[in-house]
Amino acid sequence: MPGRAETLARAAALRARFEAAGAAVVETAILQPAELLLDLYGENIRGRAYVTSDALRGEQMLRPDFTVPVVQMHMAHGAEPARYTYCGEVFRRQEHDPERASEYVQVGYEVFDRANPAAAEAEVFALIAEALEGLNLRAATGDIGILMAAVEGLQTTDRRKAALKRHIWHPRRFRALLERFAGRTPVPPARAALLAAADPLAGAAPMIGLRGRDEIEARISALREDAGAPPISERELSALGTLLAVRETAPFALERLRDVAVDLPRIGPAIARLQARLAALAARGVDVDALDFEASYGRTSMEYYDGFVFGFFAEGRPDLPPIATGGRYDALTRRLGRGAEIPAVGGVLRPGLMLTLEEAAP
Amino acid sequence: MTLKLGVPSKGRLMDKTFAWFDRRGIALSRSGSDREYAGTVDGIEGLSLMLLSAGEIPRELAAGRIHLGVTGTDLVRERLPLWEDQVEAVAELGFGHADLILAVPAAWVDVDTLDDLDAVAAAFRARHGFRLRVATKYHRLVREFLTSGGVADFALVDSQGATEGTVKNETAEAIADITSTGETLRANHLKVLSDGLILQSQATLWRSRVAPCDDARKRRLAAFLERIAEAV
Repeated sequence: MPGRAETLARAAALRARFEAAGAAVVETAILQPAELLLDLYGENIRGRAYVTSDALRGEQMLRPDFTVPVVQMHMAHGAEPARYTYCGEVFRRQEHDPERASEYVQVGYEVFDRANPAAAEAEVFALIAEALEGLNLRAATGDIGILMAAVEGLQTTDRRKAALKRHIWHPRRFRALLERFAGRTPVPPARAALLAAADPLAGAAPMIGLRGRDEIEARISALREDAGAPPISERELSALGTLLAVRETAPFALERLRDVAVDLPRIGPAIARLQARLAALAARGVDVDALDFEASYGRTSMEYYDGFVFGFFAEGRPDLPPIATGGRYDALTRRLGRGAEIPAVGGVLRPGLMLTLEEAAP
Repeated sequence: MTLKLGVPSKGRLMDKTFAWFDRRGIALSRSGSDREYAGTVDGIEGLSLMLLSAGEIPRELAAGRIHLGVTGTDLVRERLPLWEDQVEAVAELGFGHADLILAVPAAWVDVDTLDDLDAVAAAFRARHGFRLRVATKYHRLVREFLTSGGVADFALVDSQGATEGTVKNETAEAIADITSTGETLRANHLKVLSDGLILQSQATLWRSRVAPCDDARKRRLAAFLERIAEAV
């Protein structure tokens, strides 16, 4: 186990490296208002972050990451384009695995730049890859944007697409919804009875609570409408299945995705972005022929990323979390920008884990 | 050195626990006045009785300060994230039955499953500008249940009592609470979702996996477990 002083020294060196690459050093508060983080991540963040409170400011969270406060800062008064770097502790509540750290040091690099998204992505990935050189890590990459475009392009109702997009980050629920919209799951008896009833609210219990009768009626009519909508076709369903299973080195993945695009033509622009990114990565000296691409990568843990995603893993150490992670989060800038938005991409690495790996190396 | 047994310090849970041990030839009693939380044990060697709040028993077992304890499955599962590593269920005592359930207004004719609740949560947030609130005191269990059930866009609000009333008072849209008969739910115009059973709980005798046990204690524990097993 590396000591704290050693870890902080490495963090400072990494931050200096990013500063030399053109980033401005920024600091953020450790106590963050809980309301915003709850709004962004939902109730689950309570299981992953430390919540504290006082009578004046209400609920606060110990910074679970830097990205949200850095984005807020940039959207409030940042000049464009901007590159930021930072280092410091983040805090993650652990309820299941006592081996996982509840406090660790992160170093990050974030780019807010409209000019050339592919180049900005390659810049972040390559800088982090260079900082990790010598550790023999496996890089995994993916692209949530392709999946979103695929859902957006389905020949089905907007309501179904919205439901699927809402659950892109919850693979099990996504699959269940897809099966239902494709007519593969039988209609539950309670639902069938509801749809068959002439007046479903006849004889209903007294209305209590904030959700009103009109909301119940609106949902019933939405369900009736949905019951009348044709199922998502087998062709689209199987194309989506193929898409989700793509796991190849980048050039082969690109080929597979082009095949999928025959049935899901709306992913075309997203594939073009992937191709531009690979070219930009190659121009930065990344060996893209050997780079892994997984279409489903980033679906379980990286909720604010909505395009390019990546992670670096120590292959012989499945006990360790990823040493570095990152990706594109345009939608987050929109959520925090009060009407403004800017393409943004960034990544973080963990100097403590880097030192652990170096100590273990022969 | 004695083995320490923690038992709920008051009410029906204490009386029924005493009766359960009594049927196994172990007489537990509260010593001194009704206000004193000390107890005596007759009928078995080397066991000492500690009267504790039922809610504190999981923590005491996990800390290894008591070797054995009686409390509900609900409290163990809520308070001890790594309960399987920390405690072992020795015997279900057959009383104190209660189900932790998720309930919504009975008037929600369009909601029967978690799947429905998730869809309603999305619409509710769009309409009201905040997440659908679930009132409960079982935060961890409910959060994990809803998350693994695929419900997004909910918020837990703490409710330490009269939870069934929160919906009518408009401080929550749904509740998760312990129910034994369902009458309180019906009286408050609530219904349980068809897949809304979070946990079935009953009073259970637990053994701490971490409490220090020397050879003498190990022999006593073996004798105690044998006595529990042979009876009835």
